[in-house]
Amino acid sequence: MSKKSNDGSAVNSWLIRRPIKKWFPLFILPTFLCFIIGFIWPFLQGIYLSFCNFMTPTDAKWVGFSNYVKAFQDPSFGRAFWNTAGFAVVSIILINVIAFAIAYALTQKMRGSNLFRTVFFMPNLIGGVVLGYIWSMIFDAILKNYSTYLTANPTYGFWGLVILVAWQQIGYIMIIYIAGLQAVSEDMLEAARIDGANSWQTLFRVTIPNVMPSVTICTFLTLTNSFKMFDQNMALTEGFPIITMADGSQIKTTELLALNIYSTYNINKNWHGVAQAKAVIFFILVATLAIAQLSATRKKEVQQ
Amino acid sequence: MKKIIALLLAVVMVVGMAAMFTGCKKNEVGKVYYLNFKPEADEAWQALAKEYTELTGVEVKVVTAASGTYSDTLNTEMAKTDAPTLFQCGNAQGLIDWGEYCLDFTGTDVLAEMTTSDFNLKDENGAVKAIGYCYEAFGIIVNKELLKTAGYEVSEIKDFASLKAIAEDIHARAAELGFDAFASSGLDGSSSWRFSGHLANMPLYYEFRDDKVTEQPATIKGTYLDAYKNIWDLYINNSSADKTSLSTATGDMSQAEFGTGKAVFWQQGTWEYANLVGEKYNMKPENLQMLPIYCGVEGEENAALCCGTENCWAVNAKASDADIDATLDFLKWVVTSESGTKMMAEQFGPIPFKAAKEPANVFFADANKLIADGKYTVTWAFNHTPNVDEWRAGVVSALTDYSAGNGDWDAVKTAFVDGWATQYNKQHG
Repeated sequence: MSKKSNDGSAVNSWLIRRPIKKWFPLFILPTFLCFIIGFIWPFLQGIYLSFCNFMTPTDAKWVGFSNYVKAFQDPSFGRAFWNTAGFAVVSIILINVIAFAIAYALTQKMRGSNLFRTVFFMPNLIGGVVLGYIWSMIFDAILKNYSTYLTANPTYGFWGLVILVAWQQIGYIMIIYIAGLQAVSEDMLEAARIDGANSWQTLFRVTIPNVMPSVTICTFLTLTNSFKMFDQNMALTEGFPIITMADGSQIKTTELLALNIYSTYNINKNWHGVAQAKAVIFFILVATLAIAQLSATRKKEVQQ
Repeated sequence: MKKIIALLLAVVMVVGMAAMFTGCKKNEVGKVYYLNFKPEADEAWQALAKEYTELTGVEVKVVTAASGTYSDTLNTEMAKTDAPTLFQCGNAQGLIDWGEYCLDFTGTDVLAEMTTSDFNLKDENGAVKAIGYCYEAFGIIVNKELLKTAGYEVSEIKDFASLKAIAEDIHARAAELGFDAFASSGLDGSSSWRFSGHLANMPLYYEFRDDKVTEQPATIKGTYLDAYKNIWDLYINNSSADKTSLSTATGDMSQAEFGTGKAVFWQQGTWEYANLVGEKYNMKPENLQMLPIYCGVEGEENAALCCGTENCWAVNAKASDADIDATLDFLKWVVTSESGTKMMAEQFGPIPFKAAKEPANVFFADANKLIADGKYTVTWAFNHTPNVDEWRAGVVSALTDYSAGNGDWDAVKTAFVDGWATQYNKQHG
């Protein structure tokens, strides 16, 4: 008789399921309370405040939709949106391609692959603000040799941010891809080999379709991370350089959406509600994109 | 049935917790929570708060916002249940934002202790919303010892032309002398306010003086921007700092350059006195002097230092009565007691209160001497700046590009003049 392994079937036993069914509200409660206090309540209050003029959340006065009108009329918001969209496209592609390539290399049999995994993962452990300041020093030190500096033009700032974020996030995304790659069954790869598939064919026809669940989660993470990018943006360029347009309007050329919302809030009391309205628009935008992306990549996943 | 009991139990737990929280909140003794915005005075405030608590048993909490983050910190702290009872509200912008949080000082003991109301902020109804607890002056600080080594006397600096000649000569001989004319004019956030705020006061002051502007104007003309360019060029061309790296040069760097004798001139204010003569740099007071900022405006040889204040205390009107009383008592003690006035004199120089002590700060002596000589005080015209952080950011960005040779002076003008109108509209929009 083979040794009995714990396959989890015991959980399906009626003896265990019945008390769980009865008592689950009690066990969910602490987490659910935290969720309400930390997420649902502030979220609802945020939506309410986007219709108000307020200095602090406790002295809000209802003003209707005027905050939303002002938000859409603000040229800096549009500019920040396009900056963010451009940044998201570039960083999603760059991070996922490089992370996958590294993950693929590190799942092949090679010496020291564990060490490399650790090393690549480490940048992810450093906070965004710290990274932003460190990289601004690195970039400035390099650019100094060419008698220029990071905030000299928007292009430097943009690519600086892309490099920073890629450096930071590739390790994390790589770990997810490694887990996905390790789950690809050896049998399938062996079958492909026997059928005469070369390594590129194996990669594109067998491996990638099988890691689509990882691709889904990784694109989701990089998409939402790019849109929510804040601390790195603030610490690296703070939106500089600022251009004063012919009509007098001032545009922060390397400002992404989250930073735009933050600086709108800081204009003065009358803009707090506008920033809040922008945040609500921002939420709807990110949620829509994320859902669209999830359903698009899910279709590509194969059932095993 | 059990499900219902479980839910009931849960509800009891939550209610119990909530009751506990509200139970703790009630306290009859008032306490003071001061949100301080001057990091350089943090230690002194902490020590004073401790002494007051030992003396009276009243809890005084002093929190200092990190450099440049005061308005963010104030916003966050004010939304809390235990909001600051005492904070700074220093200019017109502050009154727009925080006006309804400012207690009217009329009739309070601390107001009765004041010798002048020149620095106080009043609203349109005449309510005293914030009291100026000290005033400050800024200008060009000179290391007289180094100036002498270079072969000059302070008395030779009378206007822009003489300042320029001396600075350029020192810069030309920098390698031989071992020091340069000006400390670095960093445009990093920790230093850029010296130029987008304080130096920009020069063109603003002269323009407002010509046009008799006394309230925040919707637009400005930039009549004296050439003078602004004169002095800025002088700063960046006669310093050891690389012009392309100004965007990352910090305030601490310039302080160290001046403090360690690597530069003769440093544009700063009276508040730096304690740092310069303190343990870190050990500069001798007799070697320090503050000169007016000369920038090539006609008649400027009669200018004194730039005097004004953004240091105004406001008491949170939305705090509990007990806390308000405790805060007003604390303020009174600060401006009347031995240790309070001593600390104020050391940290802030002359304060407009009856019991004020004579400060050791030589820069104030310089300021007073110039005024006594009949020269005109350059007031703080920049207090009128609309949406001040954004306006300054625009000017800094343009200045950075101009200095690095990456943009022209016209961009600075645009940021200065058009930026003003834009930010005015934004502030009132």
